[in-house]
Amino acid sequence: MARIIVVTSGKGGVGKTTTSASISTGLARRGHKTVVIDFDVGLRNLDLIMNCERRVVYDFVNVIQGDASLNQALIRDKRVESLYILPASQTREKEALTKEGVEKILNELSQTFDYIVCDSPAGIEHGAQMALYYADEAIVVTNPEVSSVRDSDRILGILQSKSRRAELGHDPVKEHLLVTRYNPERVERGEMLSVADVEEILAIPLLGVIPESQVVLNASNQGTPVILEDQTDAGQAYDDAVARLLGEEREHRFMTLQKKGFFARMFKG
Amino acid sequence: MSFFDYFRTRKNTGSASVAKERLQIIVAHERGKREQPDYLPELQQELLAVIRKYVQIEDDMVQVEVDRNDDCSVLELNVTLPERR
Repeated sequence: MARIIVVTSGKGGVGKTTTSASISTGLARRGHKTVVIDFDVGLRNLDLIMNCERRVVYDFVNVIQGDASLNQALIRDKRVESLYILPASQTREKEALTKEGVEKILNELSQTFDYIVCDSPAGIEHGAQMALYYADEAIVVTNPEVSSVRDSDRILGILQSKSRRAELGHDPVKEHLLVTRYNPERVERGEMLSVADVEEILAIPLLGVIPESQVVLNASNQGTPVILEDQTDAGQAYDDAVARLLGEEREHRFMTLQKKGFFARMFKG
Repeated sequence: MSFFDYFRTRKNTGSASVAKERLQIIVAHERGKREQPDYLPELQQELLAVIRKYVQIEDDMVQVEVDRNDDCSVLELNVTLPERR
């Protein structure tokens, strides 16, 4: 049985796809057979971030509608073994994702994979609800900014009332907070909500904090999941998050301002 | 903290504290609404119709809320009657 993890946020542009790419890559890199599914029907993007956009032949909706088999649609990652991508359709309508269709595919994937990561579209409409419906765990991606925090809270409400686990009265979906685009310098100046503020408002356990970093844009420019940039703060922060997701205890990093030493200040200003 | 930091103003004058305060209020408000049962708006409309058979009242003069405690729920109904003339 696979563990189903949805990456969701409500608000767009906060880093869901970046996070889905890195979390799935991180899980696979640790030896867990992982598939990452793009639920954003109509606006496919995960393929670009994972650098497999030219290898897409069949998509999620083709499989749901029986036009292709799962094996035909799954794209095997070239960097990390045991990582597969199921791309979204670009042309079909959002309603092509049905509860029954999604369930059938998740069940089939469940037989051979350890983890299924669902990259949710923005919003709280049909596509987002399909992405979270079957989830066992949810990574709620939040920027330290008012509209993102508010939307995250709405998504938490939907997880608690409209997921399959909620409807059947099973154990609730396990919620994780991932704060992205975090800028400790601005937090220190009182210009940005701190991680503690966001945690206090949303009241769910913190999975990780990804610092705002040029590295993230560089990585997506090249189609490399940022977690593979081992030497960078954002890459390491994602690796920590994956470790915590798997139950490892790791101290949070990159949350405070890196104090510059005397010489650094003198020469780099 | 370095020596020079003592000369900087350390007061929390940034906009982050405003953001936090606004968020706490709106999120608490929206959570309250979210926990209300689905039938509430319809119940409110029907109550309004029944009361209007006897007294002319405005839409916003009937307030219906459900308060949930640990082991019981209380349906709170608040009807404001117009002043007698």
